[in-house]
Amino acid sequence: MKFLVCISNVPDTTTKITFTPDNKEFNKAGVQFVINPWDEYALTRAIELKEQQGGGTVTVLNVGEADTEPNIRKALAIGADDAIRVNAFPKDAFFVAEQIANAAKDGGYDVILMGKESIDYNGFQVHGMVGEMLGIPTVAPAMKLDMNGTTATLEREIEGGKEIVEVQTPFVASCQQPMCEPRIPNMRGIMTARTKPLKVVEAVGEPARTEVAEYALPPKKQGVKLIPAENAGELIKLLRNEAKVI
Amino acid sequence: MSVLVVVECDNGEVKKSSLEVASYGSQVAQMLGTTATAVAVGEATEANLAHLGEQGISKVLYDAEPRLKDFVNGAYTKLIAAAAEKEQAQVIVLANSNIGASVGSRLSVRLKASLATNVVELPKTDGGKFTVKRGAYSGKAFADVVLSGDRKIIAVKKNSIEALHNAGQTAPVESFSAQLSDADFADAPKQVVMQDQAGGILLPEADKVVSGGRGMKGPENWNLIEDLAKALGAATACSKPVSDVDWRPHHEHVGQTGITVSPNLYIACGISGAIQHLAGVNSSKVIVVINKDPEAPFFKAADYGIVGDVFDVLPKLTQAVKELG
Ligand SMILES: Cc1cc2nc3c(=O)[nH]c(=O)nc-3n(C[C@H](O)[C@H](O)[C@H](O)COP(=O)(O)OP(=O)(O)OC[C@H]3O[C@@H](n4cnc5c(N)ncnc54)[C@H](O)[C@@H]3O)c2cc1C
Repeated sequence: MKFLVCISNVPDTTTKITFTPDNKEFNKAGVQFVINPWDEYALTRAIELKEQQGGGTVTVLNVGEADTEPNIRKALAIGADDAIRVNAFPKDAFFVAEQIANAAKDGGYDVILMGKESIDYNGFQVHGMVGEMLGIPTVAPAMKLDMNGTTATLEREIEGGKEIVEVQTPFVASCQQPMCEPRIPNMRGIMTARTKPLKVVEAVGEPARTEVAEYALPPKKQGVKLIPAENAGELIKLLRNEAKVI
Repeated sequence: MSVLVVVECDNGEVKKSSLEVASYGSQVAQMLGTTATAVAVGEATEANLAHLGEQGISKVLYDAEPRLKDFVNGAYTKLIAAAAEKEQAQVIVLANSNIGASVGSRLSVRLKASLATNVVELPKTDGGKFTVKRGAYSGKAFADVVLSGDRKIIAVKKNSIEALHNAGQTAPVESFSAQLSDADFADAPKQVVMQDQAGGILLPEADKVVSGGRGMKGPENWNLIEDLAKALGAATACSKPVSDVDWRPHHEHVGQTGITVSPNLYIACGISGAIQHLAGVNSSKVIVVINKDPEAPFFKAADYGIVGDVFDVLPKLTQAVKELG
């Protein structure tokens, strides 16, 4: 079975977010980039399923410029077999989805996995766009994925519960916990990752459909009003009379 | 030209987030000098759908096909696309829910539309540009996004728009069929399992949330969180390590890698306020923090705080809520 796992390159989760002086771009200076945490679920689950089946391949795909390669190598170190980098700045979800759909159409993948969303753009869009472009089902967000031949059984989160869904390959799923315990690379993985193939291809398709005009930070909080623990009940009065939220 | 609003229904009722979406859509329609039609998905009653008139909706389309009761991405996408074509919709508005965002992304390809999810404000339409504000960087920032296509799809974040209530207004409900085939149900659920919600309030829809962290020491103490939540009519939530060790179910975990919530009131009990936790809750209107460590980072993001032991403070708060009557 051939798995395609899409990973995005995002600022480390502890990053304090700042922007360039014109507020048009994220300020990358001094920021460490990591594999999007949601994508780690997709990657690890694909590797686990490949191991269970005793064969197949896991290809990772990233739409990004050359500076994303350390994280692509990290995905290879975790256990992916090969990688594709579409050499372009990921302009918007539609643009990224087109690159993924294009790579997938030529690659004959059975299962396309990705994270629920990226922790920077927070779009929760790419999976559905890819599914629609390829004319195959999308299951999003998936908390569980098991394969039996060409049949996949997934648990899809819905508000207040879950749906158990069965789909046939090929399909797209976006992953979230508790799908698996994300793996970290070991020494052997890091050594072998250096020699695994990483293909760089150029972008295709239409221009982006959305454009960020400006970024802004949320307004600063006024500061905390402390209530002594002995008078804890006073807080409830403030929430009713001052904050008017209860 | 019109605005199409997608409303999600459950057990016959329109979800609260969909009342917000309907209100958003009717206000966009007003800005564009047109009307807003709703298309309903899920299990709805005609009487409840007619009430969408209160949110400014002028007509509701409803396909009563029983297989559409539960979410099916393929079929929902086809149904909504058909409604959009019928109404010549220029703008489609849906909830930024698991259903809304899943369908919205497929629709954007099918209808060649620009899509913005996680939208927190009404659009700006000056200078011929259509701009929406959306949350980015896990709630640590906002982005003004220009939607360039002729058609736009907007997924509205919960609790970011006030629902309108023009009492007494009703909307006619029309039956509508998208002529779905079996293939459209390829991803139909085999089974739907609903989780027990403390006090019956869904966390993603909740207006008030009481949340516990590792400072609660163990699952046996969660009655303190639940008692306060029950008294307030709030949903319960937790930090990631709490769900990682199974003190609480995963669907209660809020934060950067959990659910993002933006209630009017978020009460954090025994939670340190790590940046990844804050990312999922810091757009809450009022944040209350109870922590015995005065240096806990959460106090920096809080509106109200109590430096104290949760085991001592929580029963007092519950008591005080009960006394309010
Ligand atoms: C990639 C990544 C993603 C993450 N995503 C998330 C996420 O989505 N959500 C999330 O929550 N975390 C997330 N985390 C984890 C996050 O960094 C913190 O570890 C976590 O939020 C801490 O949870 P906590 O505050 O409950 O526990 P702790 O950090 O252990 O804090 C417990 C707090 O309780 C207080 N306390 C203890 N006893 C009492 C008492 N009796 N009375 C009052 N206060 C008491 C302590 O003073 C302390 O402040 C993520 C981490 C990473 C690396």
